[in-house]
Amino acid sequence: MTDYSSLESELVTAIKAAADEASLEAIRVAALGKAGSISGLLKTLGALTPEERKEQGPLINGLRDRVTEALATRRTTLKDAALEARLAAERVDVTLPVQPSDNARGRIHPISQVIEELTTIFGDMGFAVAEGPDIENDFYNFTALNFPLGHPAREMHDTFFFNPDENGERKLLRTHTSPVQIRTMMTQKPPIRVIIPGRTYRCDSDQTHTPMFHQVEGLVIDKGSHMGHLKWILAEFCKAFFEVDDVKMRFRPSFFPFTEPSVEVDIQCSRKGGEIRFGEGEDWLEILGCGMVHPNVIRHCGLDPDEYQGFAWGMGIDRIAMLKYGMPDLRPFFEADVRWLSHYGFRPLDLPTLTGGLSV
Amino acid sequence: MKFTLSWLKEHLDTSASLDAIVDGLTKVGLEVEGVEDPAKELAPYITAYVISAEQHPNADRLRVCMVDVGDGKPVQVVCGAPNARTGMKSVFSPPGTYIPGKNITISVGMVRGVESAGMLCSGFELGLSEDHDGIIDLPADAPVGVRYVDYAKIDDPIIDIAVTPNRSDALGVYGVARDLAAAGLGSLKRHDLKPVKGEGACPVSVQLNFATDDKHLAPAFALRLVRGVKNGPSPEWMQSRLKAIGLRPINTLVDITNYITFDRGRPLHVFDAKKVAGNLVVRHAKDGDEILALDGKTYRPDPTTVVICDDNGVESIAGIMGGEHSGCDEHTTDVLIESALWDAFNIAQSGRKLGINTDARYRFERGVDPAFCVPGLDLATHMVMEMCGGIPSEAIVAGEVPAPEKIIPFPWSEVKRLTGVSMLVPEMKAILTELGFWVSGNDNEVKVAVPSWRPDVEQKADIVEEIIRIAGLDQVEMTPFPREVATVIKPVLTLIQKRTRLAKRALAARGLVEAVTWSFIGKSEAEAFGGGKPQLSLANPIASDLSDMRPSLLPGLLKAVGRNVARGLSDVAVFEVGQVFKGDKPEDQSIVATSVRRGLAGPDGLGRHWQGDSSVDAFDAKADAFALLEALGIPVAGLQVVQGGPSWFHPGRSGTLQFGPKMVVGAFGEVHPRILEALDVKGPVVACEINLDLLPPPKARPTRMKPKLVLPEFQPVSRDFAFIVDKSVPVSDMIKATQAAERALITDIAVFDVYEGTGVPEGKVSIALAVTLQPVEKTLTDTEIDAVSTRIVAEVTKKTGAVLRG
Repeated sequence: MTDYSSLESELVTAIKAAADEASLEAIRVAALGKAGSISGLLKTLGALTPEERKEQGPLINGLRDRVTEALATRRTTLKDAALEARLAAERVDVTLPVQPSDNARGRIHPISQVIEELTTIFGDMGFAVAEGPDIENDFYNFTALNFPLGHPAREMHDTFFFNPDENGERKLLRTHTSPVQIRTMMTQKPPIRVIIPGRTYRCDSDQTHTPMFHQVEGLVIDKGSHMGHLKWILAEFCKAFFEVDDVKMRFRPSFFPFTEPSVEVDIQCSRKGGEIRFGEGEDWLEILGCGMVHPNVIRHCGLDPDEYQGFAWGMGIDRIAMLKYGMPDLRPFFEADVRWLSHYGFRPLDLPTLTGGLSV
Repeated sequence: MKFTLSWLKEHLDTSASLDAIVDGLTKVGLEVEGVEDPAKELAPYITAYVISAEQHPNADRLRVCMVDVGDGKPVQVVCGAPNARTGMKSVFSPPGTYIPGKNITISVGMVRGVESAGMLCSGFELGLSEDHDGIIDLPADAPVGVRYVDYAKIDDPIIDIAVTPNRSDALGVYGVARDLAAAGLGSLKRHDLKPVKGEGACPVSVQLNFATDDKHLAPAFALRLVRGVKNGPSPEWMQSRLKAIGLRPINTLVDITNYITFDRGRPLHVFDAKKVAGNLVVRHAKDGDEILALDGKTYRPDPTTVVICDDNGVESIAGIMGGEHSGCDEHTTDVLIESALWDAFNIAQSGRKLGINTDARYRFERGVDPAFCVPGLDLATHMVMEMCGGIPSEAIVAGEVPAPEKIIPFPWSEVKRLTGVSMLVPEMKAILTELGFWVSGNDNEVKVAVPSWRPDVEQKADIVEEIIRIAGLDQVEMTPFPREVATVIKPVLTLIQKRTRLAKRALAARGLVEAVTWSFIGKSEAEAFGGGKPQLSLANPIASDLSDMRPSLLPGLLKAVGRNVARGLSDVAVFEVGQVFKGDKPEDQSIVATSVRRGLAGPDGLGRHWQGDSSVDAFDAKADAFALLEALGIPVAGLQVVQGGPSWFHPGRSGTLQFGPKMVVGAFGEVHPRILEALDVKGPVVACEINLDLLPPPKARPTRMKPKLVLPEFQPVSRDFAFIVDKSVPVSDMIKATQAAERALITDIAVFDVYEGTGVPEGKVSIALAVTLQPVEKTLTDTEIDAVSTRIVAEVTKKTGAVLRG
C-alpha cells in the first residue's frame, strides 16, 4: 500500500500557507497541473491491474478531491481577504458634504406660485386665463369701465401716464387688470369665463403700497349668472385657496364704477401673534371687491345689458399671497433679495394641483 | 365722514344701540371705519374732592393729597400739578386705569417714598384737551364720586364712516339717517323748514357772467343779507359737535356754515356784507386775479376756475374756499349768506389745480342736492337769526335751480335677475319709498322717480343696488355655479401661458431663484439695453430710476445681483420671466425669460466646494438657454448659435440664438464689463435671454401617438479624430462637415477634447471628435469603417482647413 498521507499533508500545509492567489496557483499547478504530483499519480492508474486500480483509484482520487477542495477553500479565503483589503483601502469620508441639489437651490417666486394656484382652482370651474397689455389707453382703463371724465374715482387711481404722442393721445400704465375685461368682451362671444392675473401700476409708494403690484380679476358674462353664483364662487375659491374647510364671509355694499350693484368682501379670521387663520376668530379682513358688471360696461363692449349679464371680481395677488403664506411686508416681493426669495419661494417641483393639493 | 351719535339722533328717531347702528351702517354700504366711544375709554374716571394737599416730604414739587372719591374711604395720591390744592374738585383715576394721553396704565406705587394709589388728571391725560399745565379744576358744586363722562356729558360716541364717491347724499348726517331709517333702524325725523320771511330786497345783486356754453358752471346762486347780527362764539352744543368731528370752532356765522355742510351735505359761504364792495359777479378767473384765501395762502386761479368777485376783485373761489378779506369775524354785523350750485367736474379740476382740499370742494365735486339750494339758505338764515339775531332780507336767486326729472322704468324682476333674490313687491317698494324714491304704477314694471339728492342713480341696475343693499346682501343665497358643459374640463392655457410657467419651472430646476423686478427702469439703463424711446418714458415716474419701460429684464436683474453682492452674497443665480416693451402698442409687449449667474453660481452648485468649483462662464449661460429650450420642447437641432451677441454682452464671449437670420430668439454670454461697471456690479456675470413669444409653435399632430421605436440590430462603433485647426474656425463648422461626410451612418458627434498649448502651433487649436456610426443593415467591416473615416477627414479638411493630428 502506498501511503499518500505525507504528500497530502505537505500539500495542505503549503496551501494553507499560501499568501496570495499567485502562490496558491503555483501549488495547484505543482499538484494538479499537467506535470503535477497528483496528476502523475493519476496517470499511474492506467497501468495498474483492475484490482490494484480498485484499491489505488479511490485513494488517489480522494487525495485529488481533498487537495482541490483545500485549494478552493484557500482561494476563497484569499479572495475575501484581498477584497477586504481593497475595500479597506477604498474607504472615503462619507461625511463630506455634497452640493445641494437644483431642487434645493432653485425657487419659484410666490407670485408665480399663487398665480398657478389661482389658475388651478378657477381652471377647474371652466375659467380660461385672459391677459392684456400693461401699457393701456384711457378708453380701456377708464372710459369703457364707466369712469366718467373728472370723476373722483378716476383720481383715486394714481395713474402713471406716458408723454402724449403727436396726436395728443396719452397712454398710461394700467391701474388695474379690468381693461382686460373690456378687451375680452370685445373679442369673445359670451358665454365668457376668464380670470385675468397680471401686473398693475399706481403712482404710490409707502409701507404697504408699491408702484407695481399684481391683481387677479374674474369675469363671467352669460345670460343668467347672478350674485348668488358670485357668492358661491368666491366662497369656494377662498376655501380652496386658503386650504380650509370653511370660511365665513361678509358682503358689504360698496362702489366701483364698473359694477352695479358693487360689493366688498371681508373674510373672518383670527390674528394671534402675527399669524392669521381663516375659518375662525372675530376679525374681518377685507379681501376683494366685486359686483355685477355695470350695464354701461356691457354696452361699451357692444352687448345688450338686458340680454347679457354677469359679474366680476378683483383682488391683489400679492396681498392674498401674504395672507396665505405670511410675508409681513409687500416691498420685499420686488427687491430680489435672494435670502427672501429662498425663504418665501417655492421649490421647482412644488406643483399646485387639485388632486395632490395646492401646497405641501 | 365723522358724526356723533347724538347728532345722528337729531335726524333719526331710534332706540337702536350703538352696536346695532354701527352694524347697520356697514350693512347698507356706509362702512364704519372707526367708533370712538369716550364713555367707554373714560368710564373709570370719577369726580373727586381733594380733602388735603400737603407738601411731599422728599420732593419740593410734589404734594401728597388725601382724596375723597365718594365712598367715604379717602385715598392717598402723590400729585405733581402746580394747581393741586386743598378743597378743590378734580378728576381721579383709580389704579388699573389706562391713561390715553400718556399711553400708560397706572398702578399703586411709591413716589419718592410715599405711596400713591391713583392719579389726579389733567385734560391732556384724558385725551380731551391740550391742557397739561395742571389737573382738571372742577367747579365747587360738582358732585363727588360720579363718572366724569356723565358729569361732563362727554358720552357722545363719534362714528367715522367711509363714504364711497357715488354717495354724495351720505356726506350729510341727514342722508346717513335716511339710509338707516330705510334699513329699519328707526324713523327719519321730518324737519319742517319754514321759508324765511324777508324784509326788503337783498341790496346786493348777483350776476352770473358766462357764455351759453358755460352756463352749467354756475347754474344757480342764492344770496341773502342778514342785518344787525351779533357774531360771537357759537353755542356749546354746536362747538362740541364740530370739535368731535375734528373741526375748529371759529365764530357762530362760520360754524353755522360748517355745521350745515356736515349736517345736510350743503356747503355755504358767508361774506361780511360791510366788506363787500358793490354787487357780486360770478365769472371765470382772469389773468392777474389773485385771492388771499381763508387758509392764509394767496392763490392765482387760472381762467378755468370760477370765482366770485365784487368791486374789490376776487372775494371767493367758487365752491372751494372763501377769501380772507370778506370773511366774517366777531365784528361782523351784516352777513351775506351764499348757497350756490357748481359744476362737479369743474370744481374737481379747479380744486386739483389749486391744490385746495376743503369740505365744500369734496361735496361739490361729488354732487350736491340741487333741490336743497334755496332751503339750505333758509336753514342757515333761521340758524343765524336764532343764534345771532338780525333781520333777513328777501333772498335772490341768480340763474335757475335745475330740477332734473329722472324717471326709470323698472321691472321688479330685475332684482331677481341680477341678485338671484326673490323679494316681495311691497317690500321692494317700501325700501325705495323710504329712500325718497317715488314709485308709480302697480304692474310688473313700474316707474321709479329718482330723488334730487341721488345723482348716482341712473338706470335699473342702480335701483337693484338700492333695494339689495337696504334689504341686506345676506339675502343673497349662495348658488352653485355649474360648469358650462358637464364634462371633464378642457385645457384652458394658451401656448405662451404654458411656456411661461414651464420656463419658470425649468430655470428654477437648474438651481436659479426667480425674482420679480420692476417693469420700469432708469432711462440710461433702458438706453444701454436698446430702449429709452420717448413713448416708453413715464411723464410722472415715482422715482428717476423707475422712469422707462424696460426693453430687457437684464438691467433689473443685474442691479438685483449687485444688491445681493453688497449684502455679502457673492454667488448669485437668479432669473425672471416677464414682460419687456419695445413700443407702446399691445403687440410690442412680449415675454422674455432671462437668467443671470454670478461668481461661483454655476449649474452644479453654489460657492466653493471640495469637489471643484469654477467661475461662471459663457457656457453656463448657454447651457441655461439650451435647458430652457429643451424644457419647452423646442427642437434645438435647427437652432443656430452665432458668434457674438447684443451690445450688452462681451463681444468675444457671447452668442446669438436664432432659427435663421430673421428669427433671432435670444442670446447668451458674459455681460459686457462696461455694462457691469455702469450698473456697479462686479463680475464675472453671465446671462441668457430667450424671448418666449418668438419661439416657433409646436407642429400640430392629429394624435398623441409617439413615432414607432426602431431599435438597431447592430452595435454602434465609435471612432476618434483629433484635428489641428485655426482658432478662428467655429467647431460647429467641423461638426457640420463631419456630418456631411456620412449622413446615413453617423448618429452622434461629440467634442471630447479642446486643447491648445505645447504641441499645438500658435493660433491653432486641437479639437477631438468622437464619431458614432450606427450600422443599419449589417455589421460594418474594418474596410468600410476606414472608408468613412477617410471621408470624414477629407471633408473636414476641405471645409475648415483642419489637419488630422499625427
